[in-house]
Amino acid sequence: MLETGAETQAIVPLLETKSLLCERDDRVLFEGLSFAIHAGDITQVEGPNGSGKTTLIRILCGLSTAYEGNLFWRGKPMNRCREQFCQQHIYFGHLTGIKAPLSAEENLRWMAQCRGSSLKGLALDHAVDQALAKVGLRGFEDAPVYTLSAGQKRRVALARLFLEPVPLWVLDEPFTAIDKHGVAELEAIIEQHAKQGGAVVLTTHHELSIDPSHLKIIRLGDAREGV
Amino acid sequence: MFETIKLYYHKFGTPKFFYELTSKMLPWLIGFTVVLLIPGVILGLGFAPMDEEQGHSYRIMFIHVPAASVAMSAYVMMAVAGAVGLIWKMKMAEIVAKCCAPIGASFALLCLLTGSIWGKPTWGTWWVWDARLTSMLVLLFLFMGVVALNNAFESAQSAAKATALLSIVGVVNLPIIKYSVEWWNTLHQPASIKLTEGASMPAEMLTPLLMCIFGFYFLFSVLVVVASRAEVLEREQRSKWVKQLVMVE
Amino acid sequence: MEPVYPPLRQGLLAIFKRDLIIAFRQRSDLVNPVFFFIMVITLFPLGVGPEPEILSRIGPGVLWIAALLSTLLSVDSLFRQDYDDGSLEVLLLSPQPLFIIVLGKIMAHWCITTVPLILVSPLLGVMLFLDTETIKVLIVTLLLGTPVLSMISAIGAALTVGLRKGGVLIAVIALPLYVPVLIFGTSAVEAASMSLAFSGQLAYLAALAIFSITLAPFAIAAGLRISVSG
Repeated sequence: MLETGAETQAIVPLLETKSLLCERDDRVLFEGLSFAIHAGDITQVEGPNGSGKTTLIRILCGLSTAYEGNLFWRGKPMNRCREQFCQQHIYFGHLTGIKAPLSAEENLRWMAQCRGSSLKGLALDHAVDQALAKVGLRGFEDAPVYTLSAGQKRRVALARLFLEPVPLWVLDEPFTAIDKHGVAELEAIIEQHAKQGGAVVLTTHHELSIDPSHLKIIRLGDAREGV
Repeated sequence: MFETIKLYYHKFGTPKFFYELTSKMLPWLIGFTVVLLIPGVILGLGFAPMDEEQGHSYRIMFIHVPAASVAMSAYVMMAVAGAVGLIWKMKMAEIVAKCCAPIGASFALLCLLTGSIWGKPTWGTWWVWDARLTSMLVLLFLFMGVVALNNAFESAQSAAKATALLSIVGVVNLPIIKYSVEWWNTLHQPASIKLTEGASMPAEMLTPLLMCIFGFYFLFSVLVVVASRAEVLEREQRSKWVKQLVMVE
Repeated sequence: MEPVYPPLRQGLLAIFKRDLIIAFRQRSDLVNPVFFFIMVITLFPLGVGPEPEILSRIGPGVLWIAALLSTLLSVDSLFRQDYDDGSLEVLLLSPQPLFIIVLGKIMAHWCITTVPLILVSPLLGVMLFLDTETIKVLIVTLLLGTPVLSMISAIGAALTVGLRKGGVLIAVIALPLYVPVLIFGTSAVEAASMSLAFSGQLAYLAALAIFSITLAPFAIAAGLRISVSG
C-alpha cells in the first residue's frame, strides 16, 4: 500500500516511544511503555513518588540513556537526529540552570546562544526583553539573579520558553514555587502552545485546570504493585 | 557469515551463555595453568643455568617478567572490554572489564614486589627508580584509579560506563607514559644492569620463561573467569536460570 | 527541509564569555589557585633549607609540581557549579556538539585559574634562584603544558561530577596521567638551567598539547553524559 506524502506527514507523531523499559537498582520502574506525542497534545505523566516520572522525563528529553527500547523524533530514531531534536524541544527540570551571579537578561542570552539561536544582536536583546516581560519580570532584567526570590528565579527559567518558538516543551514540575496567579498564567500559556500546534509533556502534583478532553495521561507506578 | 558472527556475538554477550560456556571451559583453563606453571616454575627456579653476572638472584625473573606482561595485557583487555561494553552495550563485557581491574592491579603489584626483592641483592636497595619499575608503578596507579572510580559509583551501570571511559583514556596514554618514563630514565642515570637482556638467552632459560609467561596468562584467564562468574551470579540473582541453578546444586 | 545549524564558534564563545563573567563576579575563584601556588612554593625553602644551590637544583620540579597540584585543586569546580544549578543539563541538551561547549568551558577555566599562575611564576622562579634564561623556558613550558593538565583533569572532573566525593578521586584518576607532561616540562627547564638544548622537550610538550586539545574534549563530553545520565 502506498501512502501519499501529506498523509504520512499528518500521522507521524513528534515524539514516539516503543516498548520503553527502565530498571533502577533491580526494580523495574516501567516496562513496555509505548506512546506517541502528536502536535497539539498536552501529555501529563502521573504517578506516586518514586514511580519514575522524572526518570521518564529525563529519558524523553535525552538526558538519560539508562533505558531499553526505542525513541523516535518525527519518525526517525533519536540517535540519528540528536541536533534536530535538541533544537526543537526545551527541557525545564527541577534545577533551572539559571546562573545566580548573572542577571536575568544575561542568563537568557547565554541560553539562547548555546541553543544555537539564529537571533543576534538587537533582535536577541528584543526577544529577551519580550520573554522577560511575558513572565512578569519587567524591571528585573539587570538585577543579578541571586537577588531575586525563588519564584522569580523559576520565572526567569520559564522565560526560555518564549525566546523562540519551539515545538516540544518537556516540563518537570513547572509549577513549583510559582504563585497562584502565575500558575493560572502558565496553564493558559501551555494550552495556547498546544492550540498553536505545539506539544507539551509535563509532570505535576498540582491539579490542572486544563480541559480534560485535551489532556492525555500516562500513568506510572501500576507495575510496581504487581511485583 | 556476518549474520552468524552477529548471532554468536549476541549469544555470547548474555550472562547465561557465558556462565554455561565457562563451566565447560574452566577445567581446561585450570589444567593448562597447572601443566604450564608448576613445571615452568620448578624448571626456572631449580634447573635453569645460573646467570654469570647476577648469580641466582636473576631467577626471580621467572615470576617478575610474566607478571609484568600480564599486568600490561590486563589493562589493554580491560579497555577493550570496556569499549565493547560502552559501544555495543554488551553486559558481559562490562562485567569482564570490571573484574580485570583488581586482578590486573594484583599482577602489577606482584611485579613491583618481585622487582624490589631482586633489587636488594643486585643494587643493595629495595627500590631503584628504574624505567620499567617506574612505569609499572604508574600502571599500578592507573589500575587503582579505575578501581577507585568503580567503587565510588552506586549504580553498577554508571560505574561500568565511567570506568570503561577512564580505561580507554588510560590505554591511549599508556604508550606515552611508558615512552616518557624511559626517556626520563636515560636522562637521569645511565642504563644499569637489566633484569632481562632479552638478546641471547640459552634455551634452558628461555623454555621455562616461556612456560611461565603462558602459565601466567592462563592463571589470569582463570582468575578473570572465576571473578566474572561470581559477578554474573550476583547481578542475575533474580533471574530464573540462576534460581534454578541454585536449586539444583 | 534540512535544518540550518549555527556555526560552532557561537556556542564556544557564548560559554567562554559566560564563564569569564561569572569568574570576574566571584573573584575568590580567581585568586585562590594563585595563592595556593605561591604558598606551596614558599613551603619548600622552609622544608629543605634556603641554600641557593639546592633550591635552584629542585626549582623546576617544585614549580611544576606546584602548578600541577593547583590545577588539580581548581578543576573540581569546573563542572561542579554547573551540575548543582542544572545549567550542565541545559548545555547537554544544546544542539551544539558537547565537545565544543566543553572546549569553551575549559578555555575559560584555564584563563581564570592558570594564566594568573603563569604570570606569577617568574617571581617565584627568582625566589628559587633560577636565572633569567631558565625562567623564560619555564614560562614557555607552562604555557604549553598546563592546557594538557587542564584537559586531563577535566576528564576526571567530568567522570566524578555526579559523585559527592569528587576531590580526592579526581587526583587518583588524573595524577598518573600527568606523568609525561611533568617529565617533559621539568626536563626542559632543567636542560635550560644547565645551558643544554631543550627544543626537543618543548616539541614533545607541544605535541601533547595538540593531542590532548583535539581528543580530550570528546572523552570529557562522554564523561559528562555518563555522569548526568546516571
